[in-house]
Amino acid sequence: MTSLTLVRRIAARPQIVFEALTTPEGIRHWWGPDAGPVLHAETEVRVGGRYRVRFRLLDGSEHESAGEFLELDPPRRIVMSWQWMAGGPAEESGAVSQVEIDLRPIGVGTELTFTHARLRTEASRSSHEDGWSDALDKLTRYLSPDSHPAIGE
Amino acid sequence: MVKYKSSRLDRTFGALTDPTRRAILARLEREPGLTVSALARPFAIKLPAVMKHLDVLGHAGLIRRIKSGRTVTVSLSPAPLRDAMHWLHRYERFWAPRLDRLARYAEAREAKAREAEAREAQAREKRT
Repeated sequence: MTSLTLVRRIAARPQIVFEALTTPEGIRHWWGPDAGPVLHAETEVRVGGRYRVRFRLLDGSEHESAGEFLELDPPRRIVMSWQWMAGGPAEESGAVSQVEIDLRPIGVGTELTFTHARLRTEASRSSHEDGWSDALDKLTRYLSPDSHPAIGE
Repeated sequence: MVKYKSSRLDRTFGALTDPTRRAILARLEREPGLTVSALARPFAIKLPAVMKHLDVLGHAGLIRRIKSGRTVTVSLSPAPLRDAMHWLHRYERFWAPRLDRLARYAEAREAKAREAEAREAQAREKRT
């Protein structure tokens, strides 16, 4: 099981970021439109409440993810389970992963730490990847503790 | 087969969480085929500790050790790292643009909230 962590500094107060993350109105804005429109978004923002987002990618394929809010500490922390109901990577089919979001107030606004944890891993089938040197360089950047995105176990 | 590959990828990520091991890989990329003692030289840790790191890297399939006579040379074995990169890229491609859009959206909302607050403050001033 592996996780991916991304960090963003956002010039907006934590309350606004929290609402953008948890309300259907907010979700509709950031799940699209670059990668395709959000077809449906619903959230029941309480511990044990469910959320569901259905979206279409530019290739026309439709995907849906859904889950449950496991922890809510507005406007600081959100933990939710994550499951692909339609689409998604093959090795995640039927699997439940977890999304954890921490919002920390900073001078300009909010530092957002996003972690998608408990992901299943899958080995690459393709051999036409970046050159070795390039790959190591990138991975070292990923993994250095003061850069982001970072990765953990 | 799938399970075997998954656990291999877990080992790759596990091996890469340590800064000394990443430094060893970076050095081997520049200087392939180093001997173990040459490899250990720039590090402030003892040879047995370096050997342990090499064991972890070897177990994850990230390096190959070739014994010739009394010397052991170490080289990179790129396939597991390519697998790890491939995996990471896929999830990063999914989330990174979304978080960027989330940031832009929240920042636009913040600007609006500030305008509204400024108008309210002005209105209060007028009343007093």
